[in-house]
Amino acid sequence: MTDIDELPVAGNGLLDRRIFLRAGVAVSAAFLTAKATAVEREKWMSIPGEGMSGSGAPSAHESHIARAPIRSQPGTTGSGASWTPLQFLDGIITPSRLHFERHHSGIPDIDPDRHRLIIHGLVERPLSFSLDTLARYPTVSRIQFLECSGNSRASMAPEPVQGNCGQLHGLVSASEWGGVPLSVLLDEAGIKPEGKWILADGADAAIMSRSVPLDKVMDDAIVALYQNGERLRPSNGYPMRLFLPGWEGNMSVKWLRTIKVLDQPAMTRDETSKYSDLQADGVSTLFSFPMGVKSVITSPSPELTMSGPGIYQVSGIAWSGAGSITRVEVSADGGQSWADAALDEHVLSKSLTRFRSAWHWDGGAAIIMSRATDEDGNIQPTRTVVLEGRSPAAWYHCNGIQAWQVGADGEVANVYA
Amino acid sequence: MLVTLVISTAAAEESPNLGQALDAETIARVDYAVLPNGDGLPEGSGTAVSGATVYRQNCMACHGEGGKEGINDRLVGGHDSLASERSVKTVGSFWPYATTIFDYLRRAMPYQTPGTLSNDELYAVTAYLLYINGIIGERDIIDAESLPRVEMPNREGFVWDYAPE
Repeated sequence: MTDIDELPVAGNGLLDRRIFLRAGVAVSAAFLTAKATAVEREKWMSIPGEGMSGSGAPSAHESHIARAPIRSQPGTTGSGASWTPLQFLDGIITPSRLHFERHHSGIPDIDPDRHRLIIHGLVERPLSFSLDTLARYPTVSRIQFLECSGNSRASMAPEPVQGNCGQLHGLVSASEWGGVPLSVLLDEAGIKPEGKWILADGADAAIMSRSVPLDKVMDDAIVALYQNGERLRPSNGYPMRLFLPGWEGNMSVKWLRTIKVLDQPAMTRDETSKYSDLQADGVSTLFSFPMGVKSVITSPSPELTMSGPGIYQVSGIAWSGAGSITRVEVSADGGQSWADAALDEHVLSKSLTRFRSAWHWDGGAAIIMSRATDEDGNIQPTRTVVLEGRSPAAWYHCNGIQAWQVGADGEVANVYA
Repeated sequence: MLVTLVISTAAAEESPNLGQALDAETIARVDYAVLPNGDGLPEGSGTAVSGATVYRQNCMACHGEGGKEGINDRLVGGHDSLASERSVKTVGSFWPYATTIFDYLRRAMPYQTPGTLSNDELYAVTAYLLYINGIIGERDIIDAESLPRVEMPNREGFVWDYAPE
């Protein structure tokens, strides 16, 4: 067999990922040895287990895997966010119960029989749709990410904020979203020639609203009814939400109630005073819709302590609002050298892509980082580049390269490198 | 085979046409949209004088006396701070359109009891916020006519990233 040290692909111990396949061969060989010891069984193997149930739940041993932190504006419980614990997850689908939350006035308790989606404004025929009606329409279903525009805001801080991967970057999740193309409903209503934008309102207590250009709406917007195969969770817009693939999460209005076709954006509070980008010169950018190409290593990452030198899988997620991820590179020497990571089978447009590398950690201090490239050739920028020309108060669209400092003690920390 | 595929794709894009027609009154009940040109603003009016009272009773607990030092968003001041290291974004220093104030208040405020203020009260609080930011006078009447004409200090402070096709 080839010695593992003969397979480096980049500096400081990054290995060809096929090393894992070779290790598998060695394990298989070990099973060929005959056993003389008597068989045993654990206590849970000694009685029949629990019966079937109508609805499942995670193992009790996994109860600590939860969204964290949960933050709300002073004096409120539902005007804030909760973060997906990325460091505990694998694959590309975020379990619905762990999908990040960002609400502006709590989660409404909507009676699906009373709820209506109303399309009006610059249309030939204003229309109303019940949930049952929409369920009869042809449905499309896609696995795609949703990222809050304010994700990774901590990376704006002058000194690295210490926290786990979810706390720092967990305002991104991915689901299989199923629903009715909004273009079908708008075509049924008949858009008048002067219609250029829509205004989407939610049925929450803040009647959260965003303006969306009609070309995006007609391209790939859906009225989502399903998330990961089941009806939307209340925290994700039950019974229906707007879903705009690849664009800043705030625009995918939850609890969708009205769509008004307009000839201009409405300039709502959330698209002017909140989700705009203040530059250092005092001018702000409006309508910065797509989320930039981005990646983060989820393991190793802070709070997942390394247990001594040896071979580790370096795993993470990459995504881009422009389309598919074409490449993820990983460095184990602070960006001096890079090697391509392997991408998992499901490389989908505007979705999370799982990447994996093999790393022989020698037990010394090291800085690991990842860098994604998308199908348009956009390369994930460094944090320094992201910050150029920004006001210190501009915290949206932070997609800089994340570096983790691995200490000789095995602890992992956030670092600017 | 190819023909079959084409037909099924076309069928998937067809609408079952199940939407129910709506009358103007039903639409008016759900139409919260207010545009910068004043489209969508309702009847009613108010001044900062009456707005001060509405503010004390409904807003001050969270936003503080005179729109500052509350537990939630500061609503006053920060003028000419946007290009500094310590920018302060408020209704007065940052918001580009006065119509957005009325729109947001009608949708979302007061936080604990949204939908409870009358249109006169909403116009009055809007006037009060504009007044404490030095944008209008204390007795200026704010209504559907005057609100779109209010010039916000940061009106020219925005550029679009999105370019229409």
